[in-house]
Amino acid sequence: MKALVPFLAVVFLVLLVIAGVKAAGLYFLFGVAVPYAAAAIFLLGFVYKVVKWGRTPVPFHIPTTCGQQKSLPWIKPNSIENPSGTGGVIMRMLLEVFLFRSLFKNRKTKIKGDYIAYSWAPWLWLSGMAFHWSFLLIVIRHLRFFFQSVPVPVQALEHLDSILNWGVPALYITDVIFLAAVTYLFLRRVTLAHLKAITLPADYFPLFLLFGIGASGALMRYHLRVDVVGVKELVMGLVSLHPAAVAGIGTIFYIHLFLISTLFAYFPWSKLVHAGGVFLSPTRNLSNNSRVVRHVNPWNYPVKVHTYAEYEDDFREKMKMAGLPVEKE
Amino acid sequence: MYNGGKIIAGLVIFLGIVTFPIYYNAGKANPGPSPSLDTPAINQMKVKHCVESRQFMRANHMKLLRGWMSMVLSGKGCSYVSTTGEKYDMSWDTCWKCHSSKKQFCDRCHQYMAVDLPCWKCHSEPNT
Repeated sequence: MKALVPFLAVVFLVLLVIAGVKAAGLYFLFGVAVPYAAAAIFLLGFVYKVVKWGRTPVPFHIPTTCGQQKSLPWIKPNSIENPSGTGGVIMRMLLEVFLFRSLFKNRKTKIKGDYIAYSWAPWLWLSGMAFHWSFLLIVIRHLRFFFQSVPVPVQALEHLDSILNWGVPALYITDVIFLAAVTYLFLRRVTLAHLKAITLPADYFPLFLLFGIGASGALMRYHLRVDVVGVKELVMGLVSLHPAAVAGIGTIFYIHLFLISTLFAYFPWSKLVHAGGVFLSPTRNLSNNSRVVRHVNPWNYPVKVHTYAEYEDDFREKMKMAGLPVEKE
Repeated sequence: MYNGGKIIAGLVIFLGIVTFPIYYNAGKANPGPSPSLDTPAINQMKVKHCVESRQFMRANHMKLLRGWMSMVLSGKGCSYVSTTGEKYDMSWDTCWKCHSSKKQFCDRCHQYMAVDLPCWKCHSEPNT
């Protein structure tokens, strides 16, 4: 049930395009208005989210650490696992963003007889890396639609990606990896009972959406085919701010475009915005220097205190009469 | 805002990267590739048509040609019957008869789309 609703939502989006483009012929709406709206929602939403996080105070100094802290000169500190300065934080952040280091450390815990056994469990890390990197390369590859003369690095990437030279048009390696990784990320959520229990519709929806994007793209390239020059003319119109609906592009393209627009509009309001959030995580972006630099809680307000000296001033005579010792005569 | 300088700097860099295609292209005229159909053979045609419909050829010409290649190489025949019932030789010469210049026809769109195509590794282009 938790998976069914998001699945039907993606199916509904596809049907919406088929009805809107194929039946009603709303080429301008689906080719121009929706992509522009999605881009605007994405950019404004992203800024809104980051600014909102930036305005949120960090009351405690809470970097996560799993290595030796910098201490006495003869103890070797682990400057990446337990960064003591900005350099270490940047290094740790780069490794986290590009290589998902904390996922790599995932271990499987099992009770074997009467002791605990840990084993290496890299599958989430591996599929996460495969998914994110292939997605990045696919996005870069798509830049050929965004520049009149295609930049050389984009051409080089495309050449490398289709190097297997299987079929016409040539198969992209990233397409296969992307779809396989998304499929795996979905299957692990429905086959592992403990994961299934904590998986929400908001976890399934992006997976179905991403699979829909990948599948519609692959279907368009390898099987149904569309007039790709028309697609580039449409996209060039959008990015040069002279938008115009282009006739004669197949419906599968509008399905692909609409699902991508949905992804962009959905991005800032969902778990996908971890793309920006990772940089603003206090557990990751603080250095472990709380013994050197005092972390002041921004919530702190001037607390009204009544010191012992003031207390004694108030009650000195009574204390003397009761025979209690006083500090000031 | 806490650490506002760093956060806004990061945000500006991010926005600069993702909106680069827009401010790079904004306002520029971006003419399409316009492959030339001005050849003697095409001009002589009463009803200008290709092997299949224009719509089909635009999207599927590479699959059609690949299909021809498989047919010819596997010896299954070298005559193609189009959906309108016309017969064509499965040969580059069928293409070259009308599209006599690779530079003014094939290359226009292929360069526009930066298509890395394997045709010319084996086949030679027409002389004109």
